[in-house]
Amino acid sequence: MTDTLLILLLGTTLPAPLAIVLVMIDRNPRHVGMINLIASLTTLVFALPLPFVVGDGSPQWLEGYLFIDALGAWVMLCVSVVYALSSIYALGYMTLDGEPERLPGFYALFAAFAETMLLAPLVNNLGAYWIAIELTTLVSTFLVGFERGAESIEAAWKYIIIVSAGISLSLLGTILLYWAGSMEAGPTYNLTWETLAELAPRMDPTLLRLGFLLLLVGYGTKVGLAPMHTWLPDAHSEGPTPVSAMLSGALLNTAMLGIVRPLHAMDHAGQGSVAHGVLIVIGLFSLTIAALFIISQRHVKRLMAYSSVEHMGIIALGFGFGGAAGIAGALYHMLNHSIAKPLMFFGAGNAMKRYGTSDMNRLRGLRHAFPATIWLWLAGAVAITGAPPFGLFRSEWHILVAGIHGEYRFAVILMLVLLIVIFIGFLNHFRLMIYDGKALPEPTGPVPGFACRLPMWPAAAALLILGLWWPQGLQTLFNHIIDGFR
Amino acid sequence: MEFTHLGAMAEALFSLLTVGSLMLAFVMLGSRWLKDYMYAFAAQSWLIAALSACVAYYGDFHELYGVALLTAVFRGVLLPYMILHILRRLKVRRELLGYMRPSSSLVFGAFLVILALGVAVHITGALGLAGSNVIVLALTVMLSMKLIGFLMLIVRHEAVSQILGLLVLENGIFLGSQILVPGMPMMIELVILFDLLVAVACFGVLVRYLMVHVGSTSSRHMKRLTG
Repeated sequence: MTDTLLILLLGTTLPAPLAIVLVMIDRNPRHVGMINLIASLTTLVFALPLPFVVGDGSPQWLEGYLFIDALGAWVMLCVSVVYALSSIYALGYMTLDGEPERLPGFYALFAAFAETMLLAPLVNNLGAYWIAIELTTLVSTFLVGFERGAESIEAAWKYIIIVSAGISLSLLGTILLYWAGSMEAGPTYNLTWETLAELAPRMDPTLLRLGFLLLLVGYGTKVGLAPMHTWLPDAHSEGPTPVSAMLSGALLNTAMLGIVRPLHAMDHAGQGSVAHGVLIVIGLFSLTIAALFIISQRHVKRLMAYSSVEHMGIIALGFGFGGAAGIAGALYHMLNHSIAKPLMFFGAGNAMKRYGTSDMNRLRGLRHAFPATIWLWLAGAVAITGAPPFGLFRSEWHILVAGIHGEYRFAVILMLVLLIVIFIGFLNHFRLMIYDGKALPEPTGPVPGFACRLPMWPAAAALLILGLWWPQGLQTLFNHIIDGFR
Repeated sequence: MEFTHLGAMAEALFSLLTVGSLMLAFVMLGSRWLKDYMYAFAAQSWLIAALSACVAYYGDFHELYGVALLTAVFRGVLLPYMILHILRRLKVRRELLGYMRPSSSLVFGAFLVILALGVAVHITGALGLAGSNVIVLALTVMLSMKLIGFLMLIVRHEAVSQILGLLVLENGIFLGSQILVPGMPMMIELVILFDLLVAVACFGVLVRYLMVHVGSTSSRHMKRLTG
């Protein structure tokens, strides 16, 4: 059992570093994209069975600094799905800009970014997890600023400053929790997620609450929960499109782990009501901010970015409502979001390149410009606003049910209203882009190639399948993760 | 192990070093010249390194000697050197138009320290450690340096000031962690030191791009992305 697990784990984490090395050695712009693609597909193949193989044991390595549990493996699966889809897309998209001599650098950074996100869920120590998250920021900053326009550099600067300042709060929280634990466990111990849960009931409640809230605000900045979300629309909209997809679909989930894991400790310590309450409030606030900015948005990629704020809010609500349905819904939502958001960004990226603008007022008549993929993009839009028959409908439904069971009626009503507002606002933009007959000059930009359209198909298909069919294996996995929360 | 019962000498030393670091944070808050700002940061890092060494000596945490050395080398010499290098290339000497005059920000900073003291007294009261001056002081200074760091990030808009603001945030945490959790695994502390170095290297590159592509290193001119 452990051998299979170890093989799968190595198969998931090794291709990306290998790709970095090969890319740096080869440096041929025509090969590097393929090298990265092969690495990403290998990662995906090994990551797919990973969550289902992890048993109860959570085996540990390196003196307990690394471990694997079902929750972490689930996030790794989400990351590798996004990594694979974006790598296919990058093959087409990154050649549209010219500048082939910069491609090796891009793919090396891209693979490094994926690797940091694959490693973070494996980290079993609060301090080391903080470092892993800081590493994701450092690597992705250069990807956000990759296009080197004034806007990209501004976005990269805001990203690194706001996120670094934000997650320094989680470092403070980590120190305070370590301090609280050291009164029980002695001055030197390994503060793993498990030790945290064990020690939490004996920690001083004030310090525990303070520590948790600091972690929540700190990692919440990275997750993009409002009001700490301000870097997110800039970074998501100004990076190259494959990077936007990675930031939104993969990075946010990875950082969410930093909130979900200590939440478990709070439950253990009997402080759950505070933690869940704060998560629900922040989740609702994120939905509100997202709704307001989605309605009035003009920039197509910022629209997608605010949709990410919305979905992180929904996931926070799922964990906030808690219970079996809430957690299962939130986990399912993570995967669905990881599939839907790349699809949305790919469509947006294609339209932006073809029309040479990101202003939705000038993106008109898309059904003529993209006869086939526009319907995939529209399906993605319907899916991401939580309409049936797609996967996100199912996960949002579970979260709503969890809220009703958990006696959070007011929050559920507010959530429903905001979801409907977002549904209308979001799809109205699509109605205008696709059906509005306003006469505009024909688009003159480069036509996105095959690789830019290809990944939209499996993503849309997966969303549909996950909407119609909730596999039994997934439910077993979720039950297993939920058991871990008790 | 807690520093609740210390000799008078140790307590005096710890207090001196923590208060000294807080003072230097105020020097940074009050100065307009980026170079002074940077020297104050370097001095603060040296004080924190000295504090690590003291904790190592009085608390028998021998790993902390290593941390002290690395703090002095990384944060006391290497980081300031790198920032000086950036400053020379940018030819930016002073913060021209902060959002707040240095004098007002000093007063504001003083209020933040009072706030931090309030929180620290509350926490130590809840823990039954209110009698331990060193712990209260360490918590106060840690929290107030955190708040002052955020204040600097808010009122300053030169790129280099913002980097220094971030570094002050983390200096606060370092200082507090030496006294509150001296036994925190060595590896973590080392990696955090290293991580900072990488961070500043990244900042250096970014600042260069800012200069070339945005034409300014002031966040005041970053107004393209809104809504």
